[in-house]
Amino acid sequence: MPRHLLSAADLDRDEVIEILETAASMHDIQRRDVKKLPALRGRTVINLFFEDSTRTRSSFEIAGKWMSADTINITAKGSSASKGESLRDTVLTITAMAVDALVIRHSASGACRQVAGWVDASVINAGDGTHEHPTQALLDAYTMTRRLGDLAGRRVVIVGDLTHSRVFRSNVLLLGTLGADVTVVAPPTLMPSGAAEWSRRDGFVLSHDLDEALFVGPAADVVMMLRVQRERMSGGFFPTAREYSVGYGLSRERVERLRRRNEDVLVMHPGPMNRGLEISADAADGLGSVILDQVSAGVAVRMAVLYHLLSGDHSVRDQDSGREGTT
Amino acid sequence: MSDLLIAGARILGATSADILVRDGVVAQVSTTGPIDRPGSTEVIDADGLAVLPGFVDLHTHLREPGREDTETVATGSAAAAAGGFTAVLAMANTDPVTDTAEAAVHILDLGRAAGLVDVQPVGAVTKRLAGDELAELGLMARSRARVTVFSDDGRCVADARIMRRALEYIRAFGGVVSQHSQDPRLADGTACCHEGEVSGRLGLPGWPAVAESTVIARDAMLARHTGSRVHVAHVSTAEGVDVLRWAKAQGVAITAEVTPHHLALDVDLVRDYDPVHKVNPPLRPQGDVEALREALADGTIDAVATDHAPHARHDKEHAFVDAAFGMLGLETAFSVVHDVMVRSGRMGLSDLVERMSVAPARIARLDTHGRPVAVGEPANLVLVDPDASVTVDRDASHSLSRNNPWHGRTFTGAVHATILRGRVTALGGRAHAGEQEDRS
Repeated sequence: MPRHLLSAADLDRDEVIEILETAASMHDIQRRDVKKLPALRGRTVINLFFEDSTRTRSSFEIAGKWMSADTINITAKGSSASKGESLRDTVLTITAMAVDALVIRHSASGACRQVAGWVDASVINAGDGTHEHPTQALLDAYTMTRRLGDLAGRRVVIVGDLTHSRVFRSNVLLLGTLGADVTVVAPPTLMPSGAAEWSRRDGFVLSHDLDEALFVGPAADVVMMLRVQRERMSGGFFPTAREYSVGYGLSRERVERLRRRNEDVLVMHPGPMNRGLEISADAADGLGSVILDQVSAGVAVRMAVLYHLLSGDHSVRDQDSGREGTT
Repeated sequence: MSDLLIAGARILGATSADILVRDGVVAQVSTTGPIDRPGSTEVIDADGLAVLPGFVDLHTHLREPGREDTETVATGSAAAAAGGFTAVLAMANTDPVTDTAEAAVHILDLGRAAGLVDVQPVGAVTKRLAGDELAELGLMARSRARVTVFSDDGRCVADARIMRRALEYIRAFGGVVSQHSQDPRLADGTACCHEGEVSGRLGLPGWPAVAESTVIARDAMLARHTGSRVHVAHVSTAEGVDVLRWAKAQGVAITAEVTPHHLALDVDLVRDYDPVHKVNPPLRPQGDVEALREALADGTIDAVATDHAPHARHDKEHAFVDAAFGMLGLETAFSVVHDVMVRSGRMGLSDLVERMSVAPARIARLDTHGRPVAVGEPANLVLVDPDASVTVDRDASHSLSRNNPWHGRTFTGAVHATILRGRVTALGGRAHAGEQEDRS
């Protein structure tokens, strides 16, 4: 296992499968009366959130606690630049407290990678700007594999504001590692720059036509809808919510048509949803929706990530643990 | 001042000669035999070295006044002398901005006090670089500082009407606008790298190449319309070069510069999010780098300019989008350009002299720089060793800052000595004390 989890691309296929298998056994303890495992006793995990988050932060916190780690939440809203302190100084101040893992969410792309270069602790990316959100991709893969088994050759269609989506970036990398057949759909204004070169190099398909992506060729196994922020309209990314919804929303009609092609099709969304914009209530709550399964998988997958990153052979602190008490 | 004898230097890398400098002027050049050395003569043994006119940098940020913690006119001058420069143009985006005659004269005098290079102030095009009202261009031009180059660098003069008026107005005194060609409406306000596959993968807001090329095209047409001169600062894209080539073919009075970093570094370096590679305009893909090299070799790009931009460590150690733009360049410019352009066979040493000394002096109307190495000419010279290997050590810099993207890289071609009006200002990469201390 790598020391840090900064990108979904940090994991090879075997490592992903190992994490998903561990997550499955962690998932079982959620049904127990006593949910605590001793695996990370004595370890300190800091959730350092520079940006608001409810579900990611709380699921990392619960994951740490159920693994018996000492878990501390630090909220440092607003960029450190605006406070006059450099990011490096902020982070070194916190890690001066002998930390084993830093779970970081930051509004700036790449912030976690930069931090990993400055600290001894393992760094876990809990979402960095519009770059990546690797644990989200892992829990999405976990949710898919629970229903579909091996994802090799499975057809996954990802739809939405790809330009500004860290969930898209981590998913396209992780699903590539797992051999899924991925098509991504967005209007040209919401495709990341250089998407054509990127998709050629990494072997996924681009489309600007949702109906073509869903209803031409092999039937989709998974449709993953991504959040579209209404503020994007002011940037000229699309004209109106109505036009977006007609072109790229998962309407009731589209879900019904999908289910006629493949009645086991899964509907996913990383949340928070804009009902009526990118996804209709019928799609979000209907048969095939695994949106709540995604949320429920969050804790188990993050337990598995903490476990593999913090108890692997690479951990210097592990080998040094015998030194405790000698000072 | 004692005489200076440069013994056995090859003029522009060709004919070997002894050169005697007296009273700041080249007094004698002998290609047929050694010149006598009276006792008081300071001698530089220049065997194996080439003597060139001192380099002129059209684009330097000296940070004084305002950010003297990152660079001063004195420390920047030392870095410039160590890099073989005898003149630098100090950009106007200081705090306060150089947008008045008084501010320009202040920079000029700080440069004279430092005494290592001629520091020629650049005047702002618009007051406080705000882009809406013209600065006192004429008063700056008529001041003791004799400002000829005007620039809002760091920002584009985006408003076409202001750009048109500025170009018209400076025609009265032969000025030139050095434009930071970048349409702010074609990129997000937080843009921080080249828009393309790398920015798409990294999730960083980017500047598309078209934000540069469209402004170059507009300004070329405005220069033609006004009959004035426009200079394109730090051109960075292949399509920008295409527009330049077209405009020059039309006879438009347009010139352009390229930085050493845009000739040698590309956008792939940004993949690790190290802000040392964050610069404006951004590092571009290899195809652009190749086009810039070709354009510099064929003369479409007239000059090399460093865009030396010192920053404090704490202004660089932010998240990539929040970190300051810019990189150091004065001390490494010759080595990089020599290695990338001359050693690679793309152009000769005499072409390098044209791009780093002659053309920049001509564009800025600095008539004592970029002159031939000949009797009667001002002795503003640089001695370079084209065969020496240099490994860059950021901690050996004269700059107060350490945002050096060249750290640890090795280049072939080194500056041996710099001579300003007959006085040695740097030797072996170390700048000498300024004139003031010399006199005491």
